[in-house]
Amino acid sequence: MTDETTSRVHTTAPVRLARQIRGLSDRAVAWIFIAPTIFLLLAINIFPLIWTIRLSLTNYRANRTSADLEWVGLRNYQRILNDPDIWNSMQATAHFLLWTLVLQVLIGFTLAYLINKKFRGNDMWTTIIVLPMMLSPAVVGNFWTFLYQPQIGLFNYVVGFLTGADPSSFSMIGDVALAPWSIVIVDTWMWTPFVMLICLAGLRSIPDSIYEAAECDRASKWRQFWTITIPMALPFLMLAVLFRGIENFKMFDLVVQLTGGGPGSITELTSINLKREAFEKWRTGYASAYAVILFVTVFGLASIYVKALNKVKER
Amino acid sequence: MKTSHYLLATAVSAMAGLGATSAMAEDLTLCWAAWDPANALVQLSKAYEEQSGNTMNFEFVPWPNFADRMLNELNSGGQLCDLMIGDSQWIGGAAENGHYLKMNDFFDANDIKMSDFIDATVTGYSEWPKNTPNYWALPAFGDVVGWTYRKDWFDRPDIQAEYKTKYGHDLGVPDTFDELKNIAEFFQGRDIDGTTVYGASIYTERGSEGITMGAMDVLYSYGFLYENPDKPYDMEGFVNSPGAVAGLEYYKALYDCCTPPGSSNGYMSEGIDAFKSGQVALQMNFAFTWPGFESDANVGGGKTGYFVNPKGPDGKQFAQLGGQGISVVSYSKKQDAALDYIKWFAQPEVQAKWWSMGGYSCLKAVTLDPSFPESQPYAQTFLDSMAVVKDFWAEPSYATLLQDTQRRFHDYVVAGNGTAQQALDGLVNDWTETFEDDGKL
Repeated sequence: MTDETTSRVHTTAPVRLARQIRGLSDRAVAWIFIAPTIFLLLAINIFPLIWTIRLSLTNYRANRTSADLEWVGLRNYQRILNDPDIWNSMQATAHFLLWTLVLQVLIGFTLAYLINKKFRGNDMWTTIIVLPMMLSPAVVGNFWTFLYQPQIGLFNYVVGFLTGADPSSFSMIGDVALAPWSIVIVDTWMWTPFVMLICLAGLRSIPDSIYEAAECDRASKWRQFWTITIPMALPFLMLAVLFRGIENFKMFDLVVQLTGGGPGSITELTSINLKREAFEKWRTGYASAYAVILFVTVFGLASIYVKALNKVKER
Repeated sequence: MKTSHYLLATAVSAMAGLGATSAMAEDLTLCWAAWDPANALVQLSKAYEEQSGNTMNFEFVPWPNFADRMLNELNSGGQLCDLMIGDSQWIGGAAENGHYLKMNDFFDANDIKMSDFIDATVTGYSEWPKNTPNYWALPAFGDVVGWTYRKDWFDRPDIQAEYKTKYGHDLGVPDTFDELKNIAEFFQGRDIDGTTVYGASIYTERGSEGITMGAMDVLYSYGFLYENPDKPYDMEGFVNSPGAVAGLEYYKALYDCCTPPGSSNGYMSEGIDAFKSGQVALQMNFAFTWPGFESDANVGGGKTGYFVNPKGPDGKQFAQLGGQGISVVSYSKKQDAALDYIKWFAQPEVQAKWWSMGGYSCLKAVTLDPSFPESQPYAQTFLDSMAVVKDFWAEPSYATLLQDTQRRFHDYVVAGNGTAQQALDGLVNDWTETFEDDGKL
């Protein structure tokens, strides 16, 4: 083959390919581009979901793959919905979810409101405040167990100093009444900065001209806050609640490190309970049904919430 | 030409030699928990590497994650581990699910006799089904729950006098659990050399197996039985017998009265810390921790004493078995080399060295040697404890049975929910459901 022939082959091949692609419809080209993504989505999300639903209808155990697989219909679902321990876990999760959201929204919005004011050292304070969310949850869980230690823990010492109580007289993670609050406190400490950042973005998106117009109309600061700031920052606030809600519904690492689900099962959130069923007890079929129920719950609640969020945005 | 022939012959010989070496020498991976005995085994295995030419690699996982990590490995047919020193309770599942190689033929071929090992360790670590001559492991590390105490505190005349005045008998190693509680109460909150100390460190861990190991250690001596001795899996009246209820009530009382603040989730390492730091007078822990106390600056040098689990109210005396056997993973592609390691490990001289390095040998030639009781301050306590051991279920469903126990015991003992009777009745229901699912009931 001469050099001339070689170069002709090299130049004509891409041209032919380009001509072939040019011959395809826009729709076909679009499909070519999104096909890999769709394939990955099907392989990583949809197939496991269908497989999980299938397993949830069986007595399958991943540690006994040679055992006979028995179809049990909806028995796993029935057992889960009638299991008081599962409902206790749901209750623990609801408590955790509700209070972390309330506290994080209140504190996060307040911090964002304050940070949004121009003052000296503004940037430095923002950096300091967001530090906790940059840490690994496992690390946070670990060092808070030391902070909560009744004899040497800083938390107990501070509480003791402020209230006059003996620091070793109470155990945040060992007491049934205090343990649910101990995980709320740590999650709030860690993730309030995230809510603050979203709220800050919302507050900074409000044009100054609106406040100036309100000033001209002699609206008080209080009225400006309730009629301008809150309504305009509300979509951002709702977005923060959605993110934190979904994250905390599946909370695992932080709480495992802090309390291990105890004392007893008082802080055993659904994800911890699910992990125990799936990978400690190896009741794979049962755990699959449990996972499907949780998925439907989160998906359903999130869908309703997103619709509400869209309505707020449209206003 | 002659030179090129010579070079070719040399090259062929070298290739053949390399091939022969690679066929002989293997890279073996041994999986175990990350703890002091594992470090000793690394040192011990250097002699094997020199002798065999095989290379030993080690995969050690901390205890709280050990079962999770390794059972996942076995259940997925993983080939990470050629040798596994797995927990005693895994033996049923590992045997029935084909994770471990059956070792009877290997033992016969190499004249390794199970009768040469401590009987309890053979039953606990090697046999499945229990009490049948079907062996899946070689007893590798004998372990048992026992107690340590601050001998130096016990020996103080002022403390002795005060104790005798209060309880009417001498302060010494407790013979019964009631005496143990008296001692723990006596030391709780006491000021010793300007430091507040506490009574006892006991197992309360929720996540893996801690509180079960601790509570069972007491319950056995109070009359708890896993099942009707005449009717397998018949648990009503045995698991929740009046004696078992009293034992669980005792464990809760000991937790409430005599543990340091913040002891709601403690297991082996927390116990070690509490004892070494001089926080507690008594400590429940596995025997593997004892060599570490002897060499510790704070509690070593004769300051620590050891004693066997005390007796229950009826004079019964049992202790919770720990320890592990070494098995060959059936998914390994280097089974011959792995078996070769076990053959080496089973030799009496290697076992004697194992004991001297802090590994609790299960070989009778080592433990029944006349010099053994005097070889370490804790040697006799270890022997006496191994004579009274009992173990948790080793069924294929042991993990489910264990997690149910963890939840019931922690709920009652630490969280204070319900009564001991309710906790044990609930446990009977949980275990019954599991055995029904397994088709055993």
